[in-house]
Amino acid sequence: MHSIFDPLLVVIMLLNLFVLGTSRLRSVIGASALQGVALGALTVTARGELTAEVVLVACAAVAIKGIAIPRLLHKAMRDVAIEREVEPLIGYIPSLLAGALGTALAVIFSETLPLIAADRESLILPSSFATVLTGFIVLTTRRKAITQVVGYLILENGIYIMGLALLDAMPFLVEVGVLLDLFVAIFVMGIIINHISREFRSTDVAQLSSLKEE
Amino acid sequence: MLLLVIIAPIAVGLVALAVPSPRWRPWLVPAGAVIHATLSAIILTTDLGRPMLAGWLALGALGRLLLGFLAVQYLVCAFYVPGYLALRPERPNRIFCAALLFLIAAMTAVVASHHLGLMWVAIESSALSTAPLIYFHRNPRSLEATWKYLLIGSVGIALALFGSFFLAYASVHAGLDSSLLFEDLVRDAPRLSKPWLHSAFVVLLVGYGTKIGLAPMHTWKPDAYGEAPGLVGALLAGGLTSCAFCALLRFVQICYAAGDGALARQLLLALGIVSMAVAAVFMAHQRDYKRMLAYSSVEHMGIIAFGIGIGGLGTFGALLHLINNGFAKGVMFLTAGNIHRAFGSKTTDGTAGAIRRVPASGALFLAGFFAVTASPPFGLFLSELTILRAAFATGHHWEAGVFIALLAIVFMGMGSTVVRVVQGTPPGPATGRTHEPVLTIAPALGFLVLVLVLGIYVPDWLSRALSDAAAFVETAAPAGGRP
Repeated sequence: MHSIFDPLLVVIMLLNLFVLGTSRLRSVIGASALQGVALGALTVTARGELTAEVVLVACAAVAIKGIAIPRLLHKAMRDVAIEREVEPLIGYIPSLLAGALGTALAVIFSETLPLIAADRESLILPSSFATVLTGFIVLTTRRKAITQVVGYLILENGIYIMGLALLDAMPFLVEVGVLLDLFVAIFVMGIIINHISREFRSTDVAQLSSLKEE
Repeated sequence: MLLLVIIAPIAVGLVALAVPSPRWRPWLVPAGAVIHATLSAIILTTDLGRPMLAGWLALGALGRLLLGFLAVQYLVCAFYVPGYLALRPERPNRIFCAALLFLIAAMTAVVASHHLGLMWVAIESSALSTAPLIYFHRNPRSLEATWKYLLIGSVGIALALFGSFFLAYASVHAGLDSSLLFEDLVRDAPRLSKPWLHSAFVVLLVGYGTKIGLAPMHTWKPDAYGEAPGLVGALLAGGLTSCAFCALLRFVQICYAAGDGALARQLLLALGIVSMAVAAVFMAHQRDYKRMLAYSSVEHMGIIAFGIGIGGLGTFGALLHLINNGFAKGVMFLTAGNIHRAFGSKTTDGTAGAIRRVPASGALFLAGFFAVTASPPFGLFLSELTILRAAFATGHHWEAGVFIALLAIVFMGMGSTVVRVVQGTPPGPATGRTHEPVLTIAPALGFLVLVLVLGIYVPDWLSRALSDAAAFVETAAPAGGRP
């Protein structure tokens, strides 16, 4: 494992907190894009030897999580002409605090699980759990469809970090399949966002509330 | 051969994308279904279904049972497609037809994949090919339903991936040279790291439980089933949820093999009862009969989880129930779609006297109601009775009592809605009957006959396939006892 591996994980966790604390959609998307690039860098530094497959997975991660999806989201943002998240269900400071608490809990939880020797000294599992939790917080407390997609993306990033611990065990084909599925999922979500904005003149999912029990 | 049965529907789907005529394109769906069913029948009756691609694709006893079931369920549904789309000539159907064909390919891939990662990719693909199906009506309500389905479903599937990684970590931690093939995982299960295995099962249960629609992860279901065309509801409630159950059962199998079957059983039993209770509450006074069917699906998924939670004979009953439920949901959703079309309303405010305006659909809807609430002589009566017998035999008296009480509540709640839909005088000035094309009636009738036959007579080969599949899941289980 490379010496910049853990610092990269710290960067990812700081980006988590940044996403929780900001209201500008542009910054939120940018942060998720940076996370994607960091994940690519993590992939090549995760294990000692560099095989062609590892490099390919890293490139695919950067291309999809760092470039393609953020572009799609930027385009969606421009199309629907919104800049900011409005009144999240939980304020920015409380959600920051929740994120920090979640990070602490993630560290404690991963202490209780038996780890492989290589992961014991590293932040890989705590940062994975913390990132998944951050994704959850964003998904459940934000109301713009685009922010929710970013939440889903961050959740996936957390899972990807966990996948890095399994780089030797996970076959190449599966890694690429997962990335491709993620891309298609976000692509379909992008189409739906577009339709939402056309139908409702807004991407506030609070408007999506005609379907419920009376 | 296994690969062929997955590729063939995809190929037909691509043809559907290329065909220019919206009038003839819908016929490609039954054509694809016939090809799929024929190939499946060849695989199930000969030994051509050998493992392929280094064991990534293989059919165990569970896979064989579900492949047969999916092929039949999809085949019957597929014949509804041309009749349905002929009534909706104004809507573009290119993507709809292609997505239907991709869906059966993805569902087949789920039951045929024996690799942890491949199965996940297949489940995700099946979810994505469903999204355009739910959005078919292209109105704000179906948009909302599609968004919720996509987002909640994607998070569920993401959690399932997380859980799969936990399981892989359990294997790596134990120092196993794991290939992540289910055969290897089951073989090495006793040596897997316990804390990781337990956390993996919980996360997987939440993840795949979301796809199955077990309460409290069921919230996408009423919206998606309520807004999607009836045909799509039938495929989702019958086929796709069964695929998700197949995925979950593979992890139940690993738990059993690791000697932790009791943990899996207790969790499933609890979720099963919660699902049935939530469904019972929301079905009472439900005015929207398509949402009612969605809650009925939550209830039946709960019954299946309950049966697997009992174990032994209960698992046998649960698998039989899975098949029965798939066919009964076919009757209900297809006829509900017909009634919805005839009245232009899917609530009891705008619908009454279905038996007068659309006699065939109305009668089938009523018969389907009796089937789905497990009245004799329909198949669901038999499978629920089997689960109950297993529950009493293993000393789960309290659980069995709650099970019976919830079934009774559901019967009353559902019954009052169904009666209001079927009986009475049709509203509005229009009197007389609405024309019912044969192709929109015959598939529902076919499903009803299937579920009736299964209630009267379970053929030997089917009961052997069921007990093989149940035994396959519970490899290392103490036969059906209380933990």
